[in-house]
Amino acid sequence: MNASVISVILYLLLGPVVGGLLAGSDRKITARMQGRQGPSVLQPFYDLFKLFNKQAVVVNNVQDFLVWGFLVFIVFTGCLFFSGGDLLLVFFALTLAGIFFIMSACSANSPYSSMGAQRELMQMMAYEPMVLLVGIGFYIVTGSFAVKDIIVFSNIPAIVYMPGIFLGFLWILVIKFRKSPFDLSTTHHAHQEMVKGLTTELSGNILALVELSHWYENVFLLGIVGLFVMTSDWWSGLIAVAVCILSYFLEILVDNTFPRVKWEVMLKSTWIVTLIAGVINIMILTLIK
Amino acid sequence: MPVIAFLICFPFFAAAILSFMKKHGKTRKYFIFTCCILIVAAVLYFVTDALLSGKNATYLTETHAVDTLMLVAEIGIMGLVIYYGVRYKKYYVALLSAAQTGLIVWLELSGGSEIEGMHIVADKLTIIMCLIIGVIGTLICVYAVGYMKDYHAHHTDFKDRRPFFFAMLFVFLGAMFGLVFSSNLTWIYFFWEITSICSFLLIGYNKSQEAINNSFKALWMNLLGGLGFAVAIVYCAKQLHVVELEKLVTMGTGTEIALIPVILLAFAGLTKSAQMPFSGWLLGAMVAPTPTSALLHSATMVKAGVYLLIRLAPALSGNLAGMMVTTVGGFTFFITSLLAISQSDGKKVLAYSTISNLGLITACAGVGLHEAVWAGVLLMMFHAVSKSLMFLSVGAVENSIGSRNIEDMHGLIVKLPELAFIMIVGIAGMFLAPFGMLISKWAALKAFVDSNSVLLVIFVVFGSSSTLFYWTKWLGKLVAMIHNSERLPNTTKGSEWFSLISQAFIMIALCISFPVASLYLVEPFLGDMFHNEVPAIISSGNVNIMLMMLCMIVILPIAVRLLTFGKKKKVVMSYMGGGNAGNDRSFVDSFGDKKGMYLANWYMEDYFGEKKLLMPSLVLAAAAIIILMVIAIGGAL
Repeated sequence: MNASVISVILYLLLGPVVGGLLAGSDRKITARMQGRQGPSVLQPFYDLFKLFNKQAVVVNNVQDFLVWGFLVFIVFTGCLFFSGGDLLLVFFALTLAGIFFIMSACSANSPYSSMGAQRELMQMMAYEPMVLLVGIGFYIVTGSFAVKDIIVFSNIPAIVYMPGIFLGFLWILVIKFRKSPFDLSTTHHAHQEMVKGLTTELSGNILALVELSHWYENVFLLGIVGLFVMTSDWWSGLIAVAVCILSYFLEILVDNTFPRVKWEVMLKSTWIVTLIAGVINIMILTLIK
Repeated sequence: MPVIAFLICFPFFAAAILSFMKKHGKTRKYFIFTCCILIVAAVLYFVTDALLSGKNATYLTETHAVDTLMLVAEIGIMGLVIYYGVRYKKYYVALLSAAQTGLIVWLELSGGSEIEGMHIVADKLTIIMCLIIGVIGTLICVYAVGYMKDYHAHHTDFKDRRPFFFAMLFVFLGAMFGLVFSSNLTWIYFFWEITSICSFLLIGYNKSQEAINNSFKALWMNLLGGLGFAVAIVYCAKQLHVVELEKLVTMGTGTEIALIPVILLAFAGLTKSAQMPFSGWLLGAMVAPTPTSALLHSATMVKAGVYLLIRLAPALSGNLAGMMVTTVGGFTFFITSLLAISQSDGKKVLAYSTISNLGLITACAGVGLHEAVWAGVLLMMFHAVSKSLMFLSVGAVENSIGSRNIEDMHGLIVKLPELAFIMIVGIAGMFLAPFGMLISKWAALKAFVDSNSVLLVIFVVFGSSSTLFYWTKWLGKLVAMIHNSERLPNTTKGSEWFSLISQAFIMIALCISFPVASLYLVEPFLGDMFHNEVPAIISSGNVNIMLMMLCMIVILPIAVRLLTFGKKKKVVMSYMGGGNAGNDRSFVDSFGDKKGMYLANWYMEDYFGEKKLLMPSLVLAAAAIIILMVIAIGGAL
């Protein structure tokens, strides 16, 4: 069996485990930051199992189809990425998954989930340019969009060439991880003017699917973080894991430090960061190429 | 060869007969259907014949008689424009028309255009265009038969001028065939002018004040482009002694000799493809009945503009003309996709999206690299099908629910499920992942990065994200499931259904078969145009991934049904903080009264509204065009 098949199988099997542990440690660290004891690191798994065993309460019969679509395409995105596929296609698949999720909220015809859907769309519009620039940055540096070519490109990590893009990506990770200050559409924080936003009308085993998709998604996103530091040397994998953990910790810190902002602030700041960090980085890359 | 003559002449002939068929009823209906079938059959015959022979064909060197005929027709068109200009007191239109026709007449009479050259050419791009015009264009004509009947039932205040309307549709098709088969610049110009005047007449169809104003707007903008075209022809003939487009392009590739005509032709292409600052005419065109919009936006008119730009592509690569085209195209793509966010009128969103997509195609042509042109041609194909599908379904919805506002399409999947499904296919075709537009966007992005144009990359990444926004929120409106909604009576006629369903199938078939189209049509065309072997642009691995995603979308509903089989779900009302007033459409407000719930999309007028963005962007685009043209022409002279 070749490497890409193995990594896809590993992603399929270990993705939820790693994702769940990340969620668990997130809750633990957040609790400690707030001076609480916090639940066990395994708590997200208990929650997930419990959700899976609950009956779903739905408002219509297409919701589960749309949520399944979300899960399937998130997993597909991750598989495509870990099998060494084309970065732009990976991002396009991610967008498709996101649209399935938004559709599940829109189909509910409910005020809270509908508001969540519009906000989620706004979030997508905010982060999409930066996500595409990440792909473009890798292409300019390594001459290929394919992840399998990017990692073996040289023994200098890509982050050396694209620090700005890396910073921009960390910025939009706040949105993607649904962390405060950019957790507009739905959040794990308790104080909420819009109930649960996007997921208001999802419950029981359907909500469990959403949770599972998020775990897969988070692992995939950290995979991209890792891609910035991966080189042809084997030990760079260890550094990549370390950088991922650090980034994740940073996101938790940001989550607990900043209050939620309005969408205008999110859109403007994210686009400005994209323009300054991302675009200038791309300009320099095209100049020195 | 006879089939080409048939394709060009037959629609004119059909139009002539149609304009005399004043009686509404079956005879005219079946006459139109027959004409459409004949055109499609001829197109298919031509395409198979051309593909089997595998060669590009050129015909006709000696055409004195036809040239004279065209000259007379051109003077006739000028007379028509002057007549309308004087009648509605829009004298500038008359002036523009007189100036360009004067130039051409002078050139012809002084014998300046009698330069050895082919007049008719049929290569792979011609085949693609023929398929678009022949198949999509005729399907729109078929749709128009049923639609116009309803249109006049709804709008009794407008004068019923259907014979004229159908005649104009066919004239349009004939002119487009003529345009794509011509290789001589004066011939292209002749058909170019017919499409301009035709769109003018079609936009002004219902003769309301708004329609008349908008039709004149379309006319002067296109005539301005036509003027650029005429000057380019005169310059080519007098200075460079060429009359063939292909020779001009070859001459202009890599050198600066042909820069002036190339930039003038590119300017004409920009006006016709409604790029900023000339976007106004296409937006105004939506006052016309839906088939007109569909025809202008998908199969004809604007496609003539990008067709010319694609033909010019090699001569645009890396010079000021190319810079003008890419800057304006990229900028238009970005700004109009932002503007589309603030619109709730379905047709207006479609209009902005057309301009936006044309901007992308324009930018691809301006870059002039083979992969960019590949993306441009594919974008053009996908756009033609999905945009026509979208317009026709919006028209059908409008005839059924009496509104084309996207807000009123809330819950369409319950009210008019068939039309909603067709619309979902159309929207998915416009921007979603496994469908074709996206793969072309992938190639376009790659080409822009390869050409080192950072500005273009910025336009594309920001433009794509706003494109995502306005399409997805439309999609969200369609899929809202409201409890206890009634299905509405679907008033869509048989001919309209036939057209809609065929196009939905073509859309899906194109998504599945685009690698084949790329291999047999687009890549050979690029090979001819750039005179070398073109490497495969998209790897087979990526094609397989796209097909895999397409299969997943098809399998998903069935798989989910199987997975959730036997699982019991409890269906409840949506959550309104406990304030539901017995259903999910109304709630109890703070006074204890029942209040209807209304869920609106975000339009954000303050940020993306026309008031805020339109004027500055028109000024910027106009400035870019003027400055770049002045520099280019001044530098070359």
